[in-house]
Amino acid sequence: MGATKSLKKSENELADANRQLEILSNGIFQNGELPTFAKKIKETNQFPLRPRKLEILQINVGYMCNQVCDHCHVDAGPDRKEIMTWETMELCLDVIRNTGAHTLDLTGGAPEMNPHFRRFVEEASKAGIKDFIVRSNLTIIRANKKYYDLPEFFKKHNVHVISSMPHWTKGKTDKQRGDGVFDKSIKALQELNAVGYGMPDSDLRLDLVYNPSGAFLPGDQASMEKDFKKALMEDFGIQFHNLFAITNLPIARFLDYLIASENYEDYMYQLVEAYNPMAVANVMCTNTISISWDGWLYDCDFNQMLGLKVNSKIKHISEYNEEVLNNRDIVISQHCYGCTAGAGSSCQGTVA
Amino acid sequence: MDRITINYTLAYAINYIMADQYYDPKDLRKFGKITEWSEELGTKFFDYYGKVFEEGALTAREKSLIALAVAHTEQCPYCIDAYTKDGLQKGITKEEMMEAVHVGAAIKSGATLVHGVMMMNKVNKLDG
Repeated sequence: MGATKSLKKSENELADANRQLEILSNGIFQNGELPTFAKKIKETNQFPLRPRKLEILQINVGYMCNQVCDHCHVDAGPDRKEIMTWETMELCLDVIRNTGAHTLDLTGGAPEMNPHFRRFVEEASKAGIKDFIVRSNLTIIRANKKYYDLPEFFKKHNVHVISSMPHWTKGKTDKQRGDGVFDKSIKALQELNAVGYGMPDSDLRLDLVYNPSGAFLPGDQASMEKDFKKALMEDFGIQFHNLFAITNLPIARFLDYLIASENYEDYMYQLVEAYNPMAVANVMCTNTISISWDGWLYDCDFNQMLGLKVNSKIKHISEYNEEVLNNRDIVISQHCYGCTAGAGSSCQGTVA
Repeated sequence: MDRITINYTLAYAINYIMADQYYDPKDLRKFGKITEWSEELGTKFFDYYGKVFEEGALTAREKSLIALAVAHTEQCPYCIDAYTKDGLQKGITKEEMMEAVHVGAAIKSGATLVHGVMMMNKVNKLDG
């Protein structure tokens, strides 16, 4: 049975980011059974981790969501009230108009649930950013008739849609994301296809994100993409462009699941054993700035959820300065192993 | 006994039992160390092993299911652990995994039963 409330609403101790960081630093990492992430990247002279050129601005417009997925690193859900205000969005728009980044990536929660979402997309799309991503959970398109026209809205603003899809079977998808999610997601994908999204020669980009449904790492991205494409086409006539295989990071609800199912230590072993120094060089915090609903700046969405603000004198969107921000050390902890395992993992899929 | 004492007693008992077991799940993590006592043979084995599981005329997915079936016929706990996880990583469903296990079981039981022909031949020769 999936979760129905956020950790925050349930008053779970893991709703406290400091408690999560404590767990990630204690036990097997404290007694030396496994090396800390800092120690590991020192072995290959990659410490401190430093940014490359900024390419992606990722903005989290709020933690409210119509779903309560088992492994959500945001701990998002209908009971989360953290929503970006229009005033903060205006600060973001100023940054978007002047940034050197080529990609704008809106995420949540369900970003569409922010009451200013459409106005923000309309304004942001005028800035001429090359790749404008909205991370849509798909079911939101079918959640209420006020969202039914989202495929047309996305098309009008040439939005690149990236959506989560844990498996091509109903059982595995609903287990992770909630009852009925698979059927609604399929319907939403068909609607996106109907307006031109995901077609082989279409500029309307539709990508899917796969993350494992349990305590194991994702398989080879290219093979998974082939399997997803075959199954979704044969069973539902659905097409999409790329599949991004993303590793679950041991934070928030996934950390809660790992501990409750007694898989935590084994999972951390898997991550550390699969450590790939080649992935470290391209890990997403080296080309991304993550902005939270209240305007604070982070190295990535995961650090945002752990409350680890950027290590820079510029910490808030109101004082944004790309040059100063790019001269910083990236904040790391043991969760970072999730992005450097195997072929690596980022919001854009593998990195090595 | 209070709850804490019971927990301690259980933990002690589990540790005691584990120390006396031939199989420890944690030993799977040490498999690579085989190379330390014979580097040449160990390295050759792991190179061969890695090559076998690469995508070839068979997909890596098909090979994973074959490995899972063989893991069961060999009744190797390490292999079952490894190839169940490998199957999940490759998106293989539990229905597919169970069918593979049945293939192994069918061959294993068929291999037993087909020897019944030997028995029949012998009976026919000696007492036919």
